[in-house]
Amino acid sequence: MTIPLPPSGAGTDPLLTTADDAPGVSLWRAAWRRLRRNPTAIVGAVIVAAFILVALLAPLLTPYEPGSARWSGQVTPTSVPGPSPEHLLGLDRFGSDLFTQLVYGARQSLVYGVVATAIGLTAGTALGTLAGGAASVGGRIGGWVDNAVMRLVDIMLSVPSLLLAVSIAAVLGQNPYAVMIAIGVAQVPIFARLLRGSMLSQGRSDYVLAAEALGLRKRRIVMGHVLPNSLGPTVVQATLNLAVAIIEVAALSFLGLGQPDPAVAEWGRMLVAAQDRFEAAPQLALLPGGAIAITALGFTLFGEALREALDPRSRR
Amino acid sequence: MLRFALRRLALMVPVLVGLSILLFAWVRALPGDPARALLGQRATPEGIARVNEVYGFNEPIVQQYLKYVQALLGGDFGRSIKTGQPVLDSFVEKFPGTVELGVTALLLAVVIGVPMGYYAARHQGRFLDTFIVSGSLLGVVTPVFFLAILLKLVFANWLDLLPTSLRQDPRIDATHITNFYVLDGLLTREYDAAWDALVHLVLPSVALATIPLAIIVRITRAAVAEVLNEDYVRTAESKGLAGHVVSRRHVLRNALLPVVTTIGLQAGLLLSGAVLTETVFAWNGIGKFLFEAIGQRDYPVLQGYILFIAIIYALINLVVDMAYGVIDPRVRVS
Amino acid sequence: MTGAHDQPLLSVRDLSVRFGLKGQRQVAAVDEVSLDIWPGQHVALVGESGSGKSVTSLAVMGLLPDRGVEVGGEVLYRGEDLLTKSPKEMAGLRGSEIAMVFQDPMTSLNPVITVGVQLTEVLLRHLQVSKAEARERAVELLGRVGIPDPARRLREYPHQLSGGMRQRVLIAIALACEPKLLIADEPTTALDVTIQAQVLEVLKDLVADTDAALLMITHDLGVVAGLCDDVNVMYSGRIVESTNRNRLFANPRHPYTGGLLASIPRLDSPRGAPLTPIPGSPTQTLPWTSACAFAPRCGNRVEACTERAPALEATGDRDLRCFNPLADADLTGAAR
Repeated sequence: MTIPLPPSGAGTDPLLTTADDAPGVSLWRAAWRRLRRNPTAIVGAVIVAAFILVALLAPLLTPYEPGSARWSGQVTPTSVPGPSPEHLLGLDRFGSDLFTQLVYGARQSLVYGVVATAIGLTAGTALGTLAGGAASVGGRIGGWVDNAVMRLVDIMLSVPSLLLAVSIAAVLGQNPYAVMIAIGVAQVPIFARLLRGSMLSQGRSDYVLAAEALGLRKRRIVMGHVLPNSLGPTVVQATLNLAVAIIEVAALSFLGLGQPDPAVAEWGRMLVAAQDRFEAAPQLALLPGGAIAITALGFTLFGEALREALDPRSRR
Repeated sequence: MLRFALRRLALMVPVLVGLSILLFAWVRALPGDPARALLGQRATPEGIARVNEVYGFNEPIVQQYLKYVQALLGGDFGRSIKTGQPVLDSFVEKFPGTVELGVTALLLAVVIGVPMGYYAARHQGRFLDTFIVSGSLLGVVTPVFFLAILLKLVFANWLDLLPTSLRQDPRIDATHITNFYVLDGLLTREYDAAWDALVHLVLPSVALATIPLAIIVRITRAAVAEVLNEDYVRTAESKGLAGHVVSRRHVLRNALLPVVTTIGLQAGLLLSGAVLTETVFAWNGIGKFLFEAIGQRDYPVLQGYILFIAIIYALINLVVDMAYGVIDPRVRVS
Repeated sequence: MTGAHDQPLLSVRDLSVRFGLKGQRQVAAVDEVSLDIWPGQHVALVGESGSGKSVTSLAVMGLLPDRGVEVGGEVLYRGEDLLTKSPKEMAGLRGSEIAMVFQDPMTSLNPVITVGVQLTEVLLRHLQVSKAEARERAVELLGRVGIPDPARRLREYPHQLSGGMRQRVLIAIALACEPKLLIADEPTTALDVTIQAQVLEVLKDLVADTDAALLMITHDLGVVAGLCDDVNVMYSGRIVESTNRNRLFANPRHPYTGGLLASIPRLDSPRGAPLTPIPGSPTQTLPWTSACAFAPRCGNRVEACTERAPALEATGDRDLRCFNPLADADLTGAAR
């Protein structure tokens, strides 16, 4: 090993270059790298992927139609047929194939969860950007807009989220969209407050001051730099909220505010129905309940891993 | 402190006014005409006329709102369309049941959750820590109503150990003064009644406590882990203080600050969870009352309930913030 | 009691601290560190951040985490090895025999407890005093570190005090039980320049009053010049030069020491002469096991520096770890 001595300058000394000098990697790419190495993220991703696959491929996984109650003759008040060659997990209490119900239930949860969270995310991000942007740009109008939006958010937050969803679902009446809208709207204040908060803290950072000192227009700084840099926590929250949304969909069904069509398989309603066949067939409650919990677990694990990946300092 | 409380109370006013406007609009947004929506399917023309009269649905909208607010300020939260009973009366009667359940659940969550979180943080990476962390994660993702059903199945149906419904065995002819059944039993010295009420509390409160417990474990663990790395803990250790002094005075005092903050949020979870838990265990509180109102589309009850919950929720958070001010001197001064 | 002056108060022998769990690759933060401190003596441990000087001090205090750390060598305090003592015995020594002042006064005091409790708790732990006596002594201590109106300050919380005040409180806490050895880890680094001198003065006076020995950990040779008798210069976990203060300042031999001296302004250097920083950063090191860690940044580098590890050798008036040391009074060649 020979090293040229003495070096002509510090910058060119081969011994002086380190990983620190490697070309910069973007926030999201670095996050992706950390994510791939995190076992929690992988477990979460596998659960989420399995859930999505089951939901998409439901018709291929089972030969039966959901909610058909074709074998209702085999169900008596004291007994529900268990697993058999034709019915992998047996029947439900109405005489439909339990496995089919579970698989199509995944579909239902996915659609409801994603649509609800998308509603919450879109509206919440819009409100949050409006408030955060207005507050960052400042001025009398900015302050006024920020104030108005945040008071609306306060009002929505004054009722616990599930109860807010309950009251919205109640007013929308029993239709398939009521649940999605109710749960989505209940998430709006969470996203709005989160985004505004992270925009304001980004707005106080040195690079924004530097951009202002360079004479860039505030609106440009806010939309071009502050907003993109503030979206990380919102994305994390959306992943975590998918778990909450899936649980809340089931909760609304449980409270009698869910999807009204009895032919549609839905995990929450399966749980409700299972209650009066408890001792005879506990699997009727255990399976859909377990399915909800595992799905929520997948999104939670993945969301938390994502949070760690985007903000390594939060890591313990 | 008093000024802080008054200022916070003042800040509640615009929120409650806004909420009352939304709730007012809410009834009017119900499908069909409001009187019919309020009365439901079996509405008779006379009934509709009566409701229109009482609620003033024929008057100009602003006047209607003022009338509504006037009624609210007079403590009139509307009447149930099913029973005709004033909504507020039902709340006053049933709220102690929910408080009894919620407070027990919160106590369970704190008393079990804080030591567990502390232990886990102190033994990071070891088996029990991993066990506690995984368990708390399961607790967070398991729906309350599923857990309630499970508990019912295991402890009542299979093991036949604990009652699964009601707040007290109706065969016990207990006297009720405060409607807090356990407390009533103690006050009237009907100890068997108190015991029976306590036994009835076990399963519902455990079910309701799970999610707050899991969250408190996670927050305590994270907070303790963070505080353990703080310079002032090293300072405390450099003084040669005994281990329990360092833990209690220097670690826990600081780590509990975020735990106290979350108790306000837990209140929201407890109030939502109570609706589901009370329903599963036929627990006579405002949660079950809401469930029944939803089933019957009893909108005045729903409307009053939401407002009632918002007020309670705001008051709980006010108390939590004040408590925070007491334990954190940095907040106290500013 | 064995004669106080027959043996060093503290004698660190071949100390090594390795981080990393068993089975994984371990990182040596400190290696082959030996130093003596005699009663009443003031010794400096100098180095850039990351050089292992703070880890050394924590090892002496027994304050390293108990997991993921492997400590080797001996830390003899009055002839007894502290590394073999039980946690309980160590707790008995900490605060009473050996005390420490930490770097950052803003974070080193518990924010939710009054200054008074934090000061009296160390007195109540180690001295046989009543609460009232402890309070009285606390007032007196705060007065001695130059805090006006000490009785009132005792009832206050850390956030009500300025950084300088807090560091005074921490000094009072450390010296409350009149320890024989005080370890000060960059005690003034986090303070405003104007406050630094005042706090240093307080520390100096109190150490002198209590006859304590001082281990001053710093990167600031200015602090060393005014305070210490012996100086140990650390780089990347090992001592590279160790000698008496005057000899070190007059005639640094290790290129790293030379670089440190060249990078601070001196009254006797010609007007307008530029300050010469050491090139590169302390993260740019080679492993000591096969080379000199300082080689990548060294202007005096020779072939041997990147091929084998230099040993710490006694060379006349000092211990030195270098293949090609600076010539006498050669400051200019230190770092190009």
